[in-house]
Amino acid sequence: MKNHLLSINDLSREEAISLLTTARELGKVSEGGHKKLPTLRGRAVVNLFFEDSTRTRISFESAAKRLSADVINFSAKGSSVSKGESLKDTAQTLQAMGADAVVIRHSASGAAQRLADSGWISASVINAGDGTHEHPTQALLDAFTIGERFGIDDFNFAGLEIGIVGDILHSRVARSNVLLLKKLGAKVTLIAPPTLLPVGVENWGVDVSYDFDATLPRLDVAMMLRIQSERMNDSFFPSAREYSRGFGLDLSRLHSIKKDGIVMHPGPMNRGLEISADSADSMQSVVLAQVTNGVLVRMAVLYHLLAGAVN
Amino acid sequence: MSRILDSGDIGRALKRIAHEIIEHNQGTSKITILGIPTRGAYLGERLGKILGEIGSPTPVGTLDITLHRDDLRLRPPRPLLETLIPSEGIEGRHVILVDDVLYSGRTIRAALDAIGEIGRPASVQLAVLVDRGHRELPIRADYVGKNIPTSSTESIKVLLSEVDGEDGVDIEAAK
Repeated sequence: MKNHLLSINDLSREEAISLLTTARELGKVSEGGHKKLPTLRGRAVVNLFFEDSTRTRISFESAAKRLSADVINFSAKGSSVSKGESLKDTAQTLQAMGADAVVIRHSASGAAQRLADSGWISASVINAGDGTHEHPTQALLDAFTIGERFGIDDFNFAGLEIGIVGDILHSRVARSNVLLLKKLGAKVTLIAPPTLLPVGVENWGVDVSYDFDATLPRLDVAMMLRIQSERMNDSFFPSAREYSRGFGLDLSRLHSIKKDGIVMHPGPMNRGLEISADSADSMQSVVLAQVTNGVLVRMAVLYHLLAGAVN
Repeated sequence: MSRILDSGDIGRALKRIAHEIIEHNQGTSKITILGIPTRGAYLGERLGKILGEIGSPTPVGTLDITLHRDDLRLRPPRPLLETLIPSEGIEGRHVILVDDVLYSGRTIRAALDAIGEIGRPASVQLAVLVDRGHRELPIRADYVGKNIPTSSTESIKVLLSEVDGEDGVDIEAAK
C-alpha cells in the first residue's frame, strides 16, 4: 500500500480486501477484551478538520486512541486559520511538531492530494473527505458493513445490487463508494433526479436511474445520501416535499426492496427529507453498525499506514 | 537441506507433550490451549485433539500477537491473523501457549502481553515443537518436542500438512 490514503484508487482490490479483513480481526480482538492495543504507541495522529464533522473526527480519534497513538485535534474554528493562516503554514507547523499521520477534511476537492504531494510534510496523509471528491474511509466502512450484514467473508460482492440514492452531484461518499463497490464486484445503480447527477456520470461504469420506485425491487442495499444544502447554491429540485416524494425512503419504499435488504446512510441524516424517521430506525437500517464499523476500518487504515517500517 | 523430524516424529512428540501436560497439571480439567498462528494454531489443534482422547475435551483457541510485536517498525506492515478465545475465557485457567519454533523468545513476550490484556490465567505454560536456542529474552519452554542446537545463520522450517501438504521439520544451512 502507498504511504497515503487519498482515494479508493490508491488501493488495489487485494489491498482493499486486506484492509477490510484486518478491520474484521481488529473487531474480534476488541470483542475478546482488548479495548486498547499498544501497536501505535508513540505515534502522533493529527486530525486536521477544516470542515465540521462529528462522526468522522470522533471515529478517527477513537481509532487512533485504541491503538495507543497520541491524538492532536485541530479544527479550523478557533485556530490561526481563522486569522488567515494558509494550509502550507499550518502543515509546516504540524511537521515541526512531529506528526506521523495527518487526517484531513477540507471543503476543497484535492486538498488532501495537495498536502500529500506538496513536500510540506513527511507524515502519511489520510483523506477524511475533500469537497465533492472522495471520502475513502467511508466507502471502506460501508463495504465492511455490507460484508458483515450479508455474511460475505471474502468481500466478493458479485451478485449484489447496490443503489446509491440522492445527491450524487455533491457527494464524495458516492464517488468513493462507486469506485470501491465496483472493485469488489457489486452492481451499482445511481438513483437521482437528473439535476443531482454530475456531468460525465455515463463514464463511471454504473447504471443510472431517475425512477426510484422502478429500481427498488432489485436492490439489496439502498444507500441514502444526505441532501447537502450547504453546497447547494442553486435550486436543484422544486421543493423539499417534492424531492422527498420522489426520492425519499419511507416505509412503503423500504418494504419494496429485496427481502433481507438493508438501508445505509453515511450521516448526518435529514430525517423526513431523504429518509423517513421510521425507515432510519427500522430493523433493516444499519446506520449505527456503520458508525461502530467506522472505528474498526479506521484502525485498520492507521495500522497499515503507520505500524510498518519508516521509509 | 536435511530433515530432522518426519511426520511420525512430530506425532510422537505431540503425544509425549500431551502426557507431560496432563502429568504436570494433574489432569486436563482447567487447561486451555492457545496456538499462535499460523503453524502454532494447527499444532494447538492437534494437541487439543490428543488431550481430548487421553484426558477430557479441552478448549482450543488461537492468539495472534502481531499487534503486540516489538519489531513492527522494522518491517513492512503485516496482515493480522485470527484470534479466537474459547468461550470459557482464560480467567483462572492453565493456558498452554503453543508455537512451532522457539527462537529469540520475542513472540512469546508479545503473547504474554496479549494474554495479560485478555485476563488473568492461573498459569501460562509454553509448548513448542522445536527449541533452536539463541534466546534474546529470559524465556523458556515448559514442553519441547525436540531441542535442535542451531547456528543463527541456519534456518529451521516446520511443515504441517494443514498448510504445507506434508509434515516435517527441515534445517537449511547458511547460504
